[in-house]
Amino acid sequence: MLLETTRLAFSAILRNALRSFLTILGIIIGVAAVIAMVTVGQGSTAQVETDVSKLGSNLLMIRPGQASQGPGSAGGAYSASLTLKDVEAIEAEIPSVRAATPNSSQSMTAIFGNENHTTTVVGTDNRYLVARDWPVETGREFYDSELRAGAAACILGTTVVTELFGSSNPFGETIRIKQISCRVVGVLESKGASSFGSDEDDRILIPIRTFQRRIAGNQDVSMIYAAVRDGASTDKAKTEIERLMRERRRISPGEEDDFNVMDMKQISSMLTGITSVLTGMLSAVAAVSLLVGGIGIMNIMLVSVTERTREIGIRLAIGATESQVLFQFLVEAIVLSLIGGFLGIVFGLTLAFAGSRMLSVPFMPDAGIVALAFAFSAVVGIVFGYFPARRAARMDPIEALRHQ
Amino acid sequence: MSDVPETAGGAGRTASLIELRGITKVYGHGEAAVHALRGVDLSVGSGEFVAIMGPSGSGKSTAMNIMGCLDTPTVGSYHFSGYEVSRFDRDQRALLRRNYLGFVFQGYNLLARTSALDNVELPLIYQGMKASERHGLAMQALARVGLEGRETHDPSELSGGQQQRVAIARAIVGRPDVLLADEPTGNLDTERSREIMDLLTNLNKTENMTILMVTHEPDMAEYAHRIVTFVDGHVASDKRNTAMVA
Repeated sequence: MLLETTRLAFSAILRNALRSFLTILGIIIGVAAVIAMVTVGQGSTAQVETDVSKLGSNLLMIRPGQASQGPGSAGGAYSASLTLKDVEAIEAEIPSVRAATPNSSQSMTAIFGNENHTTTVVGTDNRYLVARDWPVETGREFYDSELRAGAAACILGTTVVTELFGSSNPFGETIRIKQISCRVVGVLESKGASSFGSDEDDRILIPIRTFQRRIAGNQDVSMIYAAVRDGASTDKAKTEIERLMRERRRISPGEEDDFNVMDMKQISSMLTGITSVLTGMLSAVAAVSLLVGGIGIMNIMLVSVTERTREIGIRLAIGATESQVLFQFLVEAIVLSLIGGFLGIVFGLTLAFAGSRMLSVPFMPDAGIVALAFAFSAVVGIVFGYFPARRAARMDPIEALRHQ
Repeated sequence: MSDVPETAGGAGRTASLIELRGITKVYGHGEAAVHALRGVDLSVGSGEFVAIMGPSGSGKSTAMNIMGCLDTPTVGSYHFSGYEVSRFDRDQRALLRRNYLGFVFQGYNLLARTSALDNVELPLIYQGMKASERHGLAMQALARVGLEGRETHDPSELSGGQQQRVAIARAIVGRPDVLLADEPTGNLDTERSREIMDLLTNLNKTENMTILMVTHEPDMAEYAHRIVTFVDGHVASDKRNTAMVA
């Protein structure tokens, strides 16, 4: 009987192919939107996680300011800045730290000849290359003398090379950053991909002392990177750094830290948190369109019931019971919305694929959400098909047969 | 049965399949109440061919609907095959129609854009019959009404007479006890009407199928064994048809 009714429903739907399609358009769009949103959202989340692991999962970031304010809000309450002495102390006194390096950065314009390019200028030292696992590909690292003296030397990321020099050789050339004329001594290996939407290769490294003296105009270090030795516990290193820093900054027990140490897991969870909130919100909007699609189905089913009054009368006259007619129209509504759900899934995955390619995040279809969308469209069919189906089933056969 | 009305003539000799007693049907309430039937008594024996006549508004269609279990009387009793069915609920009546009654309508009432075969199979689907079995019976029924080779045609591809034949095939495919025909020739010309009536007569004779037919055409009523005439909600006359055509 179910098979028969389903076959019947299909033929009824195909009999009015155009109207059926318009009916399920709402469902198609709703399901497609939900699937596209969730799939692209999951792709972005995965991308963020890959980016973070590329940055180094064993990397710790030490910044001034309270942890509760989160990164980037260090300018809240005044707290003493970090210094080069802190960097030295961390590397010297904490055995599980493989390398600690200062990291002060600012967005600036670099000029070479007629070319200029706005990039991130990072004041650091050679330990940066160790901490970030990011070797110089051609040229050399900074000489100790350059680091000590705060010499005007720079190491370029590949994007900067391309922007300023095109295909010509940058070595020995002098680029201008603000008033500083910097000699190019090396080029970093390309990281290849972007991270958090920014191009990692778009940066210029200069000695930290050069940065302090000639750009920042103070002795501060805005952030310290500490790379934890392989096999050593990141959490343990974090605790040790916190203890050391409290000591160095003379924070008495009971007082809160006026700095924070974050590992990449925290940063990653924060970023994926943002992504999932956005995904959730957009999916909620898409879900509303599913609801609207359901109302569309109810509307058309009601029209269909009125239109097919005579047919219902015939069926009742030749012995269909109330429940058989109810079942028939219900199955029709469900089949209709399932077709909508199926087309929506196909359309949504296509959209998600295109979107993922556009945003260059991985395409990660999730079987769970596809199943959910399909189940949801079935529920829409049942809920919004029931009322019209009941109306059909309760018709008076004599009245129905008389209907023109 | 002895309590068949005198006017029923010789019909009393056959077993009473349909028995209406004091059937009254009122539509509406109070001032607006319309009495469609006012105490109708009628018995129809198995194998009879009864024509029901009367002017419009006489109650003949209402009586037909009640006998066809499409409607229930306000007052009175209706025994079908010895069972009191006037108080059956909707589903019980649906089952009764499905298993014991077949309907033919003036406007054919076939499902549009559905082949003749699928139309004829419809009652069997509701009986829950298997597809293969259903198929064979529907083919037989279509052959019985002379429509071999037209099984795949849609109603729109068939003439009026052919459509009515499909409707008859659909009505008889479940081997009902009673065939109820409501103005079956109302939309047909004389030639087609005669063909349909010949078919009904043949079914009555060869399959001993009881036929109740509402008509307003005396020519068509002449095919029946018995002519019952309704006037103002009463049975005004109930005569044995002596001038039977066939």
